[in-house]
Amino acid sequence: MLTIFLQFLFSGLTVGAVYALVGMGFNIIYNATSIINLAQGEFVVIGGLMMWFFTDSLHLPFFQSVLLTLLTAGLVGLLMERLTIKPLKSTDLLLMIMITISVSIVLRGILSFKFGKDPYGYPAFTEGEPFELGGAIIQQQTLWVIGITALCIVLLFLFYNKTIIGKAMRACAFDTTAAQLVGINVSQMVMISFVLSAIVGAVGGIAITPISLMEYDKGPMLAVKGFCAAIMGGLGRGRGAVIGGFIIGILESMTAGYIHSGLKDAVALIILLLVLYLRPAGILGSSAAARLRRF
Amino acid sequence: MKKAYLSMAFLLSLLTSVFAFSANCMAAEPYKIGAIFSVTGAASFLGEPEKNAALMLQDQINTAGGINGHQVEVIIEDSKSDETQAVLAAKKLIERDGVLAIIGPSTTGESMALVPIMNGAKTPLISCATGAGITQPVAERHWIFKVAQYDFSVAEALFTYMKKHGITKVGILTITTGYGDAGKKALMETAPKYGITIVADERYGPKDSDMTTQLTKVKAAGAQAVINWSVGPGQVVVTKNWYALKMGIPLYQSHGWGSKKNIELAGKAAEGVISPLGRIVVWDKLPDRQPQKSLLKKFTQDYEARFKNEPGTFGGHARDSFEMVIEALRKVGPDRSKIRDYIETKIRKWPGTGGIFNMSSHDHCGLDKDAFEMVMVKNGDWTLIK
Repeated sequence: MLTIFLQFLFSGLTVGAVYALVGMGFNIIYNATSIINLAQGEFVVIGGLMMWFFTDSLHLPFFQSVLLTLLTAGLVGLLMERLTIKPLKSTDLLLMIMITISVSIVLRGILSFKFGKDPYGYPAFTEGEPFELGGAIIQQQTLWVIGITALCIVLLFLFYNKTIIGKAMRACAFDTTAAQLVGINVSQMVMISFVLSAIVGAVGGIAITPISLMEYDKGPMLAVKGFCAAIMGGLGRGRGAVIGGFIIGILESMTAGYIHSGLKDAVALIILLLVLYLRPAGILGSSAAARLRRF
Repeated sequence: MKKAYLSMAFLLSLLTSVFAFSANCMAAEPYKIGAIFSVTGAASFLGEPEKNAALMLQDQINTAGGINGHQVEVIIEDSKSDETQAVLAAKKLIERDGVLAIIGPSTTGESMALVPIMNGAKTPLISCATGAGITQPVAERHWIFKVAQYDFSVAEALFTYMKKHGITKVGILTITTGYGDAGKKALMETAPKYGITIVADERYGPKDSDMTTQLTKVKAAGAQAVINWSVGPGQVVVTKNWYALKMGIPLYQSHGWGSKKNIELAGKAAEGVISPLGRIVVWDKLPDRQPQKSLLKKFTQDYEARFKNEPGTFGGHARDSFEMVIEALRKVGPDRSKIRDYIETKIRKWPGTGGIFNMSSHDHCGLDKDAFEMVMVKNGDWTLIK
């Protein structure tokens, strides 16, 4: 019995880690701009597919490929912001969110042209047998994904709290006008947030592709689940998305295990709704801050 | 000077267009065949190779001089994997283009949606989808044929093999798409006939990244084998999870498994996986006297040379439906009713990519479980097993 429970738990952790990484990407842009970037899933797909392109197609070494993949993703984030968000005269949030949807459709189109409709994958970071714990197994790559998620949290924490750019970005999030008045280049901060979020998304893509494979149209599903993770944890809270991601992943797995696998998505979404009814600001969010939000 | 050049160019272009026009008039009217495939959308993995195959065959037949001096024109419509779009496409093909027959659509839902339209327009449809409801009951499907093997034939092939190897309890995993729904139904309905009990019935989404939970449940339920019925990355993820869990029971896949890409992606985890596959996937392993071998070889090699990708089972469906219409056109000419009658009565012992077809007035598919070979993955390649 315990073995089976552990196996469900590990499966949930694997899935949850993926959601958590996507959810973090949402928060970065949300924090600087209040925009929900619905092209976040495509950043993850770009990460996975470009990594495949550099390692399997061009046969570049691992670290070089990672670097190039992150550069590509960062560039896509930069172009997206400069070409679609910045030229916008209106600051209507709903309009901006709609723009991110159209960008996601365009990106999907480009990816399907370049990579076709097949799934792609490459070997796990470390070869070898999965670990065994109490009779249940956990894949090595899952540990990598969890480790990388943790590393991202630490790095983002340091960035927001210890660097001047990070602090400036937080200032933009609190009050754009006031940030502008004290001399922060808001437009630049918005641009950096898109680059950063694209890179975090791509990191996620690189890490999860050996587990789940990657294909051009995986983005929307990742975006929806990552968005749920971010909402559940409290939109804008970095650690919240991680907690939300793992909760949803484990809930899905437990539902599939103890109730029925056909119901897993439904139950996870019902729990999400319940959380939002009882704590509209999310698990970690403060309700006072939530009232000030535009979204 | 400039003006003179311009007027000369104009005259010249006028002249060439006149020539082109008269040349067109001299050639016989082209035969128009409609094609509706899910080139984009959820079922694009079907529509893409089908579209490619149809285009390639059209070019081949026209280079060879067409049919009795008539060129063949395949008008391809993308249904975007959507029933409504498929209906609109069929209406357009029938009313505006006046096609002699339609090949496709790719999915069962779309094909079912076209049944009343094709019957009303008295135009033959040769579907590339698997659902039994497309052609049954035949009395109400006078104009409808299909070339893809029935889902229950896949289930029968699987269970026949399992029965022979003493397996009586299985757990099934199906994907939550139309493909998986149809597979689940076929497995559930066919199992009792072979004395096989389904002890676990699990599902997963098309973009899910881990199926360990479902497999753990299958094992806990005491199954002697796992059947996974899906297409796309899910079948690779299931295979990897099955391998990592060291389940100690064999993994069977549906006929959707038949792509070398799956073996490449799953790596050593794919070793030992068993599935019933159409012969197009394993044509090079067939004995030379097998009647399908030569046509499979030609089609696969032509396709791979042009598209740098394998045609797979689905590209083969488009080929079979196209060739049936072409053969009928060659024999009876551009008459919709005669084309239909020809396909129903003359496609007998007819080797295609999907199997050896035996159409009749009570079966508009003409394939059974013998269309499949049982195949195991060994050393990164397909191996025929008995």
